[in-house]
Amino acid sequence: MTPNTILRSALFPFWLTGCLVVLAPLSHAAIHEVRDGDSIQASVKAAAAGDTILVYPGTYRETVYVDKDDITLKGVVEEGEWPNLEGDKQLNDAILYSGNGFSVEWFKITNYKGNAIMGQAGNNFSIRNNWIIDTGVYGIFPEFGENGLIENNVLSGIEDAAIYVGMCDHIDVRNNRVFDNVAGIEIENSRHALVEGNIAHNNTGGILVFITPGLPIKTSYDAIIRRNTVIDNNTPNFAIPGSLVSTIPAGTGMIVLAGDDVIIEDNIISGNNTAGIIVTSQDFATDVAGDPDSDPNPDRVQIRDNVMYDNGNDPATDVKVLMLTQLSTTGPDIMAYKGAAEAERGSCVSRKGAYRTFGLGDWTDCDSPTVTAADAVGDKPTLAGTTRDISTKMLPEPATPRVITVDADGAKLVYQGICAGCHTYNIRMIGPPVMAIKAQYGSDATAIAEYIAAPEKKRPDFPTMPPQDHISEAMRLEVAKYMLALTK
Amino acid sequence: MLQLGALLLLLLLGGPLWASDANEHFELSTHCPPALRLDESGRCRLYSQYLNYRSLYDRGVGGLRTGLPAVRDGFTPAQIDLGRYLFFDPLLSGNSDIACSSCHDPALGFSDGLAQSIGATGEPIKRSAPSLWNVAFLEKLLWDGSKRSLEEQMLGPLYADDEMAGSPESLVQKLSENDHYPALFAEAYDGDEGKGHREGEITLDRIYTALVAFESSLISLNSRYDLYAHGVHSALTEPEIEGLNVFRSFVARCAECHTPPLFTNQQIAVLGVPEKMGRPLDPGAAATSGDPSQRAGFRVPSLRNVVLTKPYMHAGNFDTLRETVAFYTGGRGHAVPEGEDLKLHWHIWDPQLTDQELDRVVDFLGALTDQSFMPEIPVTLPSGLAPGRAADSTISETGSALAVMATARDDD
Repeated sequence: MTPNTILRSALFPFWLTGCLVVLAPLSHAAIHEVRDGDSIQASVKAAAAGDTILVYPGTYRETVYVDKDDITLKGVVEEGEWPNLEGDKQLNDAILYSGNGFSVEWFKITNYKGNAIMGQAGNNFSIRNNWIIDTGVYGIFPEFGENGLIENNVLSGIEDAAIYVGMCDHIDVRNNRVFDNVAGIEIENSRHALVEGNIAHNNTGGILVFITPGLPIKTSYDAIIRRNTVIDNNTPNFAIPGSLVSTIPAGTGMIVLAGDDVIIEDNIISGNNTAGIIVTSQDFATDVAGDPDSDPNPDRVQIRDNVMYDNGNDPATDVKVLMLTQLSTTGPDIMAYKGAAEAERGSCVSRKGAYRTFGLGDWTDCDSPTVTAADAVGDKPTLAGTTRDISTKMLPEPATPRVITVDADGAKLVYQGICAGCHTYNIRMIGPPVMAIKAQYGSDATAIAEYIAAPEKKRPDFPTMPPQDHISEAMRLEVAKYMLALTK
Repeated sequence: MLQLGALLLLLLLGGPLWASDANEHFELSTHCPPALRLDESGRCRLYSQYLNYRSLYDRGVGGLRTGLPAVRDGFTPAQIDLGRYLFFDPLLSGNSDIACSSCHDPALGFSDGLAQSIGATGEPIKRSAPSLWNVAFLEKLLWDGSKRSLEEQMLGPLYADDEMAGSPESLVQKLSENDHYPALFAEAYDGDEGKGHREGEITLDRIYTALVAFESSLISLNSRYDLYAHGVHSALTEPEIEGLNVFRSFVARCAECHTPPLFTNQQIAVLGVPEKMGRPLDPGAAATSGDPSQRAGFRVPSLRNVVLTKPYMHAGNFDTLRETVAFYTGGRGHAVPEGEDLKLHWHIWDPQLTDQELDRVVDFLGALTDQSFMPEIPVTLPSGLAPGRAADSTISETGSALAVMATARDDD
């Protein structure tokens, strides 16, 4: 526990506050305070599920990792001074989390090599109000996560995607500002995403929805890209050679690459010099090994009611060559490339006549009453006149917690996962057989539960058992009961 | 295990004790191996703390507390135990001198310590022997990922002229003529007669099933890393946690392909690894898939028990883990032969990891060792032959969380 830790619990010493009259119950969440010169990680280590770590203004040079559930990291901004996680271009990532229910907000994060905030299979996360400058490859990157919110963050100077949702489900990306990055916001191999109200300007490409081949989760579908302002994304591509976004032409407002059931509605898209929206198969911008399990074509893309003007003023060479085939020297507002242009893809556009387009000849009119789309919430196709009544893609209830329950079912898993390595029912292994243990303890599960926490040498012909005090007392008792009930 | 080793040594020194003995009695186990438990129908099912976690689309990829992909289980104890005898029995090869275990030796992480395994011809074959730990979870097999089931995969080594050099006919014949196997097959497939088999009949299907049953029982999910993942944060040392953080960082990007919990995402990746001593570039997956963009692509191997399975990569391209880890910071395509246009994986870049970071990653990889569910090597086999082995040593006790702690504490 750091010196600055304040526990709002029965552990809190009275003499420190004097005025603290009512004590919260023991299980109540604690607040840990971190100030300039302290380590945030030390507080994370001291924290328990439900705790909040308050970080005051100062410069913190560290990688903070959170492998616990329900931890909140909250920066305290005082008169314009932010708590600053500083990587000096030496540290890899500012924040790594794997726990569920992780929340991080009000941090300034600068000069890391890898990420500002990276999640690996953390569900029910919230990443809000952070100010992120040049943190290397990505800014905010939840991976393998379910049910998360990325809101009100400002990110710039990222050499790949500033906000990168990778292999996730049920994510809202709202009201962020992303600029001077290679890619502003990328939804990749993810499902059920709402990207709304963001401002993506002066990136190489503004907003991307990808199916990248070669990843273990193969699909990307059901994304709503709505009410975003996507302007002037003309920054020369400065991505690392070989990265997927390194082939995105400067001047791309949005690109849907192989993603399915993407609805692009009510956005303002202007000043992007190559094209406003590019919808394409994987042929367009990937230079990676083939993946027979990855569907290369975008299906059922709907482009509805977007305000688009002044796009395509200086198209990248490949697009320029294509446009020349229809005797134009400027890039299109909307372009469908290769597989994306085929009628069988089922894509549509509303107000087609309002835009300069390429490859949309076989697309239908989204306002036609026969057009349907997969609706997010129930995955059931409904008549999709508009997505305007869908307010979120997050889950109504949090994703399932990942705990091993302290009951007979949990005990079975613990017994089989740990104990069975050394004990079988009736055969001598590293430890004595269960039969022999039963003969010794009878039905006294409590005695076994106590013994396995701190074993001592009992049988001359067996090694001393390693202590299992990492298993909670209640669970040790359940495991002991389970063991004594074994009959074979 | 030391005692077993001493016994083996004595027997070996003592002369030809391996002649077939019709009086020897073999009995198949009625218990599941430790990772598994009998269900109501008498079949062995996996139990693991990981079963309490989900993974997106059951793909078995994610972070610390992420569920496993689908597992091959549901075999009977007798089938698994029959498979164990078959696995170690050189009778399965054409010349009765090579067993599965000759290249997949439990003492060497179910591999053989060789850059390229040596088969019936005495010559090195093309690639190294992959470890079999946790093979029950793999959906792509062989280095080129070309086989989609263990049954399909084993046809290669069993019958290839430069591997075990057997034939389906002689395999069935030899086992059928053996003094013990027909009874063991009858025991393992008791009640299975209605499916076109006679009682005790030895068929290829039954042989394959038994081998798959045994291979699928080789579960390693009990390392110190796993304790950490389940929430026991004291299970890893500080240097190992540092290594874990480098491993999963987006600078090193190891976890992007070697994804927990199995430490593989089961995809094909083109790395551009240098071949050894001027050997020509191995075309990898492209040769079997026919997709030229997969040239020099290989299945991402699991890293569980990786410290036990040197040398590394598809043909022992690197001798040590440290060299292997250092390859990834050598720069994108630094070892690609001139004139080759490989579709290198996008995660191959120039992360500029420090020597210290590389050391920490190696430290962390050591925490993935767990052999607590090591099967027993049969002392005698139905064929009377000596079990096939690659190692002359006995199985190392080190590794699992339990064993390490037991060793550390056992000061008597």
